[in-house]
Amino acid sequence: MELKEKLLSSYIAFENQNSVVNSFVNELRGEAIKNFEATGFPSKKNENWKYTSLKKVLNEDFSLFPESEHTIEYRDVQPYFIHDIDTYKIVFIDGKYASHLSQTTHEGIDVCLMSSALTQTKYRAVIENYFSKIAPKDNLAALNTAFCNEGAYIHIKKNKVSKRPIQIIHFSTAKESALLLQPRNLIVVDENAHVQVIERHQSLTENPTLTNSVTEIFANKRANIDYYKIQNDKSGASLIDNTFIDQQQESNVAVHTFSFGGKLTRNNLNFHQNGERVESILKGVSIIGQKQHIDHNTLVHHIAPNCESHQDYKGIFSDSAVGVFNGKVVVEKEAQKTNAFQANNNLLVNDKATINTKPQLEIFADDVKCSHGCTIGQLDENAMFYLQTRGIPQKEAKALLMYAFANNVLESVKIPQLKKRINKIIAEKLGVNIGFDL
Amino acid sequence: MLKIENLHARVGDKFILKGIDLEINAGEVHAIMGPNGSGKSTLASVVAGKEEYEIRQGQILFENEDISELSADERAHKGLFLSFQYPVEIPGVTVTNFVKTALNETRKAKGQTDMPANKMLKLIREKSEMLEIDRKFLSRSLNEGFSGGEKKRNEIFQMAILEPKLAILDETDSGLDIDALRIVANGVNKLRSKDNATLVITHYQRLLDYIVPDFVHVLYDGKIVKSGGKELAFELEEKGYDWIKKEVNQKA
Repeated sequence: MELKEKLLSSYIAFENQNSVVNSFVNELRGEAIKNFEATGFPSKKNENWKYTSLKKVLNEDFSLFPESEHTIEYRDVQPYFIHDIDTYKIVFIDGKYASHLSQTTHEGIDVCLMSSALTQTKYRAVIENYFSKIAPKDNLAALNTAFCNEGAYIHIKKNKVSKRPIQIIHFSTAKESALLLQPRNLIVVDENAHVQVIERHQSLTENPTLTNSVTEIFANKRANIDYYKIQNDKSGASLIDNTFIDQQQESNVAVHTFSFGGKLTRNNLNFHQNGERVESILKGVSIIGQKQHIDHNTLVHHIAPNCESHQDYKGIFSDSAVGVFNGKVVVEKEAQKTNAFQANNNLLVNDKATINTKPQLEIFADDVKCSHGCTIGQLDENAMFYLQTRGIPQKEAKALLMYAFANNVLESVKIPQLKKRINKIIAEKLGVNIGFDL
Repeated sequence: MLKIENLHARVGDKFILKGIDLEINAGEVHAIMGPNGSGKSTLASVVAGKEEYEIRQGQILFENEDISELSADERAHKGLFLSFQYPVEIPGVTVTNFVKTALNETRKAKGQTDMPANKMLKLIREKSEMLEIDRKFLSRSLNEGFSGGEKKRNEIFQMAILEPKLAILDETDSGLDIDALRIVANGVNKLRSKDNATLVITHYQRLLDYIVPDFVHVLYDGKIVKSGGKELAFELEEKGYDWIKKEVNQKA
């Protein structure tokens, strides 16, 4: 049975098991499954999916609702945490909440579970206000909405600052068979509130896992959100990350995406600037090899005037790896004085690696500053010569230059321990092992 | 120490070096002067091992070993150093990390272990003080946004760390004001010993007031057309290069 049929036929059983108090959510799910039935999985015929085919990853015989709960000890998974600072943690194993690995809170801020938010009446107002408001109604987002029942729920209330970063980690074990996971996160940051979030999807075996994740983020007036995605998964793991962000007046949202592994990774990252003087920052570093595939599909929708957006994505591709960057910037007629910047720079380490890069600018306002640039290159020969004359052999010189190429994206990372960790991963990926002060 | 014999080199189809002979012994300072486009920087790059140049004839002997087939890093490991006319900017790698890497890679090539961190720090402090380099400067990205003077000082700082046997200084005076020139030249002079040698490549005599050469050579059209003592530099400064060109053309 094809995955789509399997999903559709299992929906009724899911609905019976997971009926919630909130009729609002029940209705959304019902509507979503119909939309998914009508639209299905995106294919390469869809312009947005031209360079990324899901065919191979959808071909597995996925177990949709893993029964057994696998116990994982903290010491076994500690390396996947940023463990040298105090953080709140919302941790899942095979889609189920792992309380022994988590640390949630309700003190001034809600850092807890989507399953609670969807079922308990005290969250009802927030859910009805925000849930599924900016996630699209078709394809993968619809599929996620139809089956949504677990994930992270974060609500930072007015004027509150979360002093600790929040880690959302989804572990998958896929011990018995291939596993399909569909986490659903909702992050609402009220007026003048601040939060930092680190999100990671991590498979613990080489078995196939497909994660279709949807995260909705709402930045209200003057809210400040720093969001970091670490994608450094095992070779059997594929991830479709759908993140939708609504920004109100004077809010500031930065999303850093670090993609270093996994079989296929697709990031759909959409920013909607619905208020004036908003700043959106999208940064990414991708370093992949073998037959890995990474696709960044970004949209920055400038709707209100006097806003800024900065996109800076860097990619290093070796072996037969494939990279895709599709960055769309839409500036509506009302969005005068927009300042939109986009850069996508890539290094191809050998002849077999591929990068498809496609900037798309649609500008309907006349008083705007928009720039974009993409480069695909090899390493600078003069720089190579320079390093070699200092006694650094070719291989190490190459690695050092690639490291330098990638690592300046990290300047805007605001959590030092995270920066250090990412730096270390980059150095490891590139084989730079030269006693740096990271 | 360095013996260049009948060196012909080209880039693409164009011959730039057309038969260079040059011998530099330990303890000596040589200067190569010449008009623009005469092949000065090419000579420096060919000796340092830049791959885009093809050696068609002749050889480069360094301590009696032909190094013309060696890569640039292998030549560096043998004790060659090139101070660049235009040092390359490398954002994302700090000066400190860079010199550490360079020194430890050089040690590794010689079969030595990494220099211990405290020793390394001491060395970096010592050498940076010698070149009047500010501490903050060391944690900046290599050459990125450096002024002309800072770049050149940084080149000599790297030289001080690596302690080469033969240092080739390619237009080290270009882009320097008089104070920076003095600091850089003092640095070079402090590093001089009876066991190492320096080859200064320059367009102007100015630098040679500070780094006094034992021999001056004039490079013109890919050949050394005249050699002499330091007084030759003064003569060139006074008369320009035209009389040399004339002399060469008359002979031809």
